[in-house]
Amino acid sequence: MSARFVQPSVIPGFRLALGFTVFYLAVIVLIPLAALIWRASDLGLPAITSLALEPRTLAALQLSFVTSFLAALFNVPFGLLVAWVLVRYRFPGRRLLDATIDLPFALPTAVAGIALTALYAPNGWIGQLFAAAGIKIAFTPVGVWLALVFVSLPFIVRTVQPVLDDLDREVEEASATLGAGRLRTVAKVILPALLPAILTGFALAFARSVGEYGSVIFIAGNIPYVSEIAPLLIVIKLEEYDYAGATAVATIMLAVSFAMLLMINLVQSWSRRRFGRV
Amino acid sequence: MSDVATLITREAVIAETSGETVGARRRQPRRPTEESPTIRWTLIGVAVALLVVFLLLPLVAVFAEALRRGLDPVIDALTDPDGLAAIKLTLLVAAISVPANLVFGVAAAWAVAKYEFKGKAFLITLIDLPFSVSPVVAGLVYVLLYSTSHGWFGPVLNGLGLQVIFAVPGIVLATIFVTFPFVARELIPLMEEQGTTDEEAALSLGAGGFRTFWMVTLPNVKWALLYGVLLCNARAMGEFGAVSVVSGHIRGLTNTMPLHVEILYNEYEFVAAFAVASVLALLALVTLGLKSLLEWRYGDELAAGRRH
Repeated sequence: MSARFVQPSVIPGFRLALGFTVFYLAVIVLIPLAALIWRASDLGLPAITSLALEPRTLAALQLSFVTSFLAALFNVPFGLLVAWVLVRYRFPGRRLLDATIDLPFALPTAVAGIALTALYAPNGWIGQLFAAAGIKIAFTPVGVWLALVFVSLPFIVRTVQPVLDDLDREVEEASATLGAGRLRTVAKVILPALLPAILTGFALAFARSVGEYGSVIFIAGNIPYVSEIAPLLIVIKLEEYDYAGATAVATIMLAVSFAMLLMINLVQSWSRRRFGRV
Repeated sequence: MSDVATLITREAVIAETSGETVGARRRQPRRPTEESPTIRWTLIGVAVALLVVFLLLPLVAVFAEALRRGLDPVIDALTDPDGLAAIKLTLLVAAISVPANLVFGVAAAWAVAKYEFKGKAFLITLIDLPFSVSPVVAGLVYVLLYSTSHGWFGPVLNGLGLQVIFAVPGIVLATIFVTFPFVARELIPLMEEQGTTDEEAALSLGAGGFRTFWMVTLPNVKWALLYGVLLCNARAMGEFGAVSVVSGHIRGLTNTMPLHVEILYNEYEFVAAFAVASVLALLALVTLGLKSLLEWRYGDELAAGRRH
């Protein structure tokens, strides 16, 4: 390992490319995020904590974290099933199905939000089925969860899919010749190999869900203490010119984002040591 | 095909040709690494059913709600002056933010993929950072910087008579933030895979730096570049949360299409809201179509994770 910053290369343009990259990164991402952290440190930890512990804020944070966790949890088996079917089986319409998975990435969140509301409102296609049974989905935390399932499903599928595709079939054959049944092979041989991808997908899905705004606010009904999510609270506080309150909620959410990012990096370096790949 | 499987298939063929199976056609023996057809078709059925309910039905609902009263209200909603202004603003914002992130993506990929330097992994993490930040937080940080009343640069902007927040520049900045990594993250892994040998050959043959980039590097990554631009553009046109925070929702001035959808919806103009939404949904469908086309047709020329 040489002591110099960059390894010598005949290829020109390093300074220009890196200089522009760092400048643009600083202007668009780092300085604005630093402004938030600066504001937060101006407030101080005690003030942030007391703002976050206000009943309405606490309720919103709780709702966001719990529904995001449950949505990511639901998407693990759902995403595994979809990835399995797409990778292992050949059937008519497979490619179309594969393309559909990215729909939540491609569909603008506001569009998804009003569409889900139309479906699950008490007079909607699906909502009326549940309304007949006395169950309300839209304008309750269940609606929030449903919207988060929609937006975060692709994360699990798309992280598991390539790993499953690369999995060596010979280990499964070895497992079968050693007398393991199919279910045992899946549980003891395939799932452990998919674990890093599942964890990464879960973290990505959770991080996305916690910050999600557009697809949730229409179906949530936004009743304070009941179905009001943390990102909406930031918007409400901003509209009330409560910059300190908005900063406090945003700081907590940013801290969660960083924690998720750290977890993903740890999972990936663990997986590289354990399996020799990401 | 693996040896065990070949053996089994061969046995099956021998069994069949030796006339062991009289009458009904003999079923191919199941490989030990496969599920029975019943299980297989059940899994496929469950996956398809769940995807139809969770993903496809919302999409169908957009078009169904828009066309509830025929085509005329849809056309009215889209040709309404506020609707037209929203479409124009959305196109303008995408036309600025996509090229900006394209230039950045190429520069970042060039620096990261063609050289070895310290802190590279950290730089890649920073580039991906905007994906893990909530769009609302992304909007908020620009308000904290540029708001004329509360922002860091507020006094400076006031002095210059410039407005960023509740105006088009803020919308552009917020859009650039949320679409920041799209092009870079498609190019970096691909250019790392490709290495530097092609460029070194071109340089040793006397081509200049720019010519090498233009004639050698760019053709090597053109489909990945297009792929990144496609995703970047879809998100730029559809972004809601970040833009909503900085826009101020001024009709005809700072209203993008997704914001226009929200306003119409909140005013109970459901058909009009779904009409504008259906245009955005069509954009999403076109994006998905082109994206899949790139994956099937040019899969080898995309980064490893994108090959299906």
